[in-house]
Amino acid sequence: MPIQVLMPALSPTMEKGNLSKWLKKEGETIKSGDVIAEIETDKATMEVEATDEGTLGKILIPEGTADVAVNTPIATILADGESAADLGKAAPAKQEKAAESAAPAEAKSEAPAEAKSGGGEEKKAPAAPKAAAEPDPEVPEGTEMVTMTIREALRDAMAEEMRRDPDVFIMGEEVAEYQGAYKVTQGLLQEFGAKRVIDTPITEHGFAGVGVGAAMAGLKPIVEFMTFNFAMQAIDQIINSAAKTLYMSGGQMGCSIVFRGPNGAAARVAAQHSQDYSAWYSQIPGLKVIAPFSAADYKGLLKSAIRDPNPVIFLENEMLYGHSGPVPKLDDYVIPIGKARIVRPGSHVTVVSWSNGMSYALKAADELAKEGIEAEVIDLRTLRPLDTDTIIASVKKTGRAVTVEEGWQQSGVGAEIAARIMEHAFDYLDAPVARVSGKDVPMPYAANLEKLALPSVAEVVEAAKAVCYK
Amino acid sequence: MAAPKKNPASEKGQDKAQEKGNGAKKPPIPELTRDEELKALRDMLLIRRFEEKAGQLYGMGAIGGFCHLYIGQEAIVVGMQMALKQGDQVITGYRDHGHMLACGMEARGVMAELTGRHGGYSKGKGGSMHMFSKEKHFYGGHGIVGAQVSLGTGLAFANRYRGNDNVSLAYFGDGASNQGQVYESFNMAELWKLPVIYVIENNRYAMGTSVTRSSAQTDFSKRGISFNIPGEQVDGMDVRAVKAAADKAVAWCRAGKGPFILEMQTYRYRGHSMSDPAKYRTREEVDKVRHDQDPIEQVRNRLLAAKMTEQDLKQIDAEVREIVNAAADFAQHDPEPEAAELWTDVYR
Repeated sequence: MPIQVLMPALSPTMEKGNLSKWLKKEGETIKSGDVIAEIETDKATMEVEATDEGTLGKILIPEGTADVAVNTPIATILADGESAADLGKAAPAKQEKAAESAAPAEAKSEAPAEAKSGGGEEKKAPAAPKAAAEPDPEVPEGTEMVTMTIREALRDAMAEEMRRDPDVFIMGEEVAEYQGAYKVTQGLLQEFGAKRVIDTPITEHGFAGVGVGAAMAGLKPIVEFMTFNFAMQAIDQIINSAAKTLYMSGGQMGCSIVFRGPNGAAARVAAQHSQDYSAWYSQIPGLKVIAPFSAADYKGLLKSAIRDPNPVIFLENEMLYGHSGPVPKLDDYVIPIGKARIVRPGSHVTVVSWSNGMSYALKAADELAKEGIEAEVIDLRTLRPLDTDTIIASVKKTGRAVTVEEGWQQSGVGAEIAARIMEHAFDYLDAPVARVSGKDVPMPYAANLEKLALPSVAEVVEAAKAVCYK
Repeated sequence: MAAPKKNPASEKGQDKAQEKGNGAKKPPIPELTRDEELKALRDMLLIRRFEEKAGQLYGMGAIGGFCHLYIGQEAIVVGMQMALKQGDQVITGYRDHGHMLACGMEARGVMAELTGRHGGYSKGKGGSMHMFSKEKHFYGGHGIVGAQVSLGTGLAFANRYRGNDNVSLAYFGDGASNQGQVYESFNMAELWKLPVIYVIENNRYAMGTSVTRSSAQTDFSKRGISFNIPGEQVDGMDVRAVKAAADKAVAWCRAGKGPFILEMQTYRYRGHSMSDPAKYRTREEVDKVRHDQDPIEQVRNRLLAAKMTEQDLKQIDAEVREIVNAAADFAQHDPEPEAAELWTDVYR
């Protein structure tokens, strides 16, 4: 049957155009790929190529016609063996919506209208599924607690996971022979060898991509960034390749990878080496974002992160590497991702923080206690998924909340927490949520200015007293 | 508009550069067997007809967003595939429909993804640039120019880590060749002797910018010299030349010698994507390549010279068109994904 050529949409937004020129005449042979007409849109003049072969039967829209709607039949093509007599029997090329022309309707399909039209009915989006956070594992009574530094807790976590699973390996700058820029990977090269503990060149964008590719192939890389400041070079691979590919592939192409390293301010390293990326990464669906504070949490959560089949951002802090804490001496101490921990119970005000912010929060709680204000300090431990339930349960009890972070205030994690408290516990609040954060400046070098740029215990105390109206 | 600089690898001079062959006399191209020619013809025709149909569906509004067609470049993926074995991996950018079909992915699954339906390879959630098949060892489909080069290097890393003899093919274009991460990848690949073939599809234009306007070094086979990676320029319109080069590069990689670069000199007949009016080149230039060098015509002519009939060849085209039409039909009638799929596949 003769084929109808339809007016094509030559850009995603084109709805009509001018048929400016025919380049073939009725009766001429048409081969696949031949340019048959020129069409003017508001943006450009484009050429129309034939996809079918045969003879140009009839021109339906003459040259020079303006405002031809997309999908209007503009010509018919006769296949081999057909003649002008067959023109009356022309069947329309397959089309989705009803055309203005006299083309008979195609068999009605159940499929909705073409993507361009934006859909007929406005369907309400189904509600997001809710996930409940699992509690920490019970530490059996009588378990020995070993005091170790966070540095050691991280190393032990990686060593245990590398012993357990031969697909786990670590790559990064100076992780092998230098024993780790911050000595976190000390001893790993000796135990596991150069195949599994890999020194990379200083090429974050490239080696992050290599890590993601290896994860797509089924290995379990740990990619260390010497600091997360340098991960900005690699952030396209983290977000566009690692975080989004499972979704874009309809569930086929996952990526079990951990990106870890120091995040946020250190000491006197100034603006380019002090940024806190908590807010950036915790915004991205597809990533999990962990930011522990205690040695036990560092160990248990890094093990979970390595086992997790999703891409995980593990935000450490250089100032905490030397801090010690008790870690349970267990063969397999694994903490589930996504659960906050109430580190210090209290009834007057909820203080929410994570990572190094906890240092200020806990010291402030001690100060407040001297004045009879009992703060309930929550260590989020995981920023995505965020444990809203623990925060809300606490605020329903205290009626007041303060968030503490080293990062900048605008669009920070504190802003997200404040929004959620407002959404879920508005009627329980006796005061607005107060946010304590780093100041809205790049980190200065001078010691006094750096101190001013960061939050302080005094600021947390002041904020807590303010929300208590004291 | 300024005329392009005269340069050995410019649009006019590219054939000359090939003849010169970097100073050495090029050996004759090994012939394919009749079966290989027939398979090559069928595989290239499948891509050609599929892409033409996709272009048509885009014009009808059934495909939206981005759609980058491979028309003219078919000999590259088809020739490369002829050198691979089960387990070898392919990764490319967003001009990826041809690669998928060459890897053996089903036309209907690809077309239904283009139309955003639940029967598409990514359940309609990815679109033209984001399809994958673990089964067929196709690792995408990537939208960010150059990203696939480090990812492909990672696939090769995994092969080396596991100690198997699989090879990874990382395809990218002349435009992507200037990306920084490409050189970071070259460095690591050679340093660690990773089994990856970098296939540079030089179709002379990075969207609207010709190679002479974008690249200080237009001989892309030389882009790995700083890292001691061997490279060759190949006539990407001749499937025999592609296969011969592929055989050589694959042998190199499987022997553990590290990466290899193949510059495939090719041409795309359509614009960069469906919304590109392609004003940066003349119609005459396109027609000349199509007339003188079409990869499918080359194979057809050889088969006709070897006493196959027009009828036989038309039969192959008819079979291919049936596959493509069935795919288009499926793609337009399959339902869109269920609303609940909005929330799935964010986490495993």
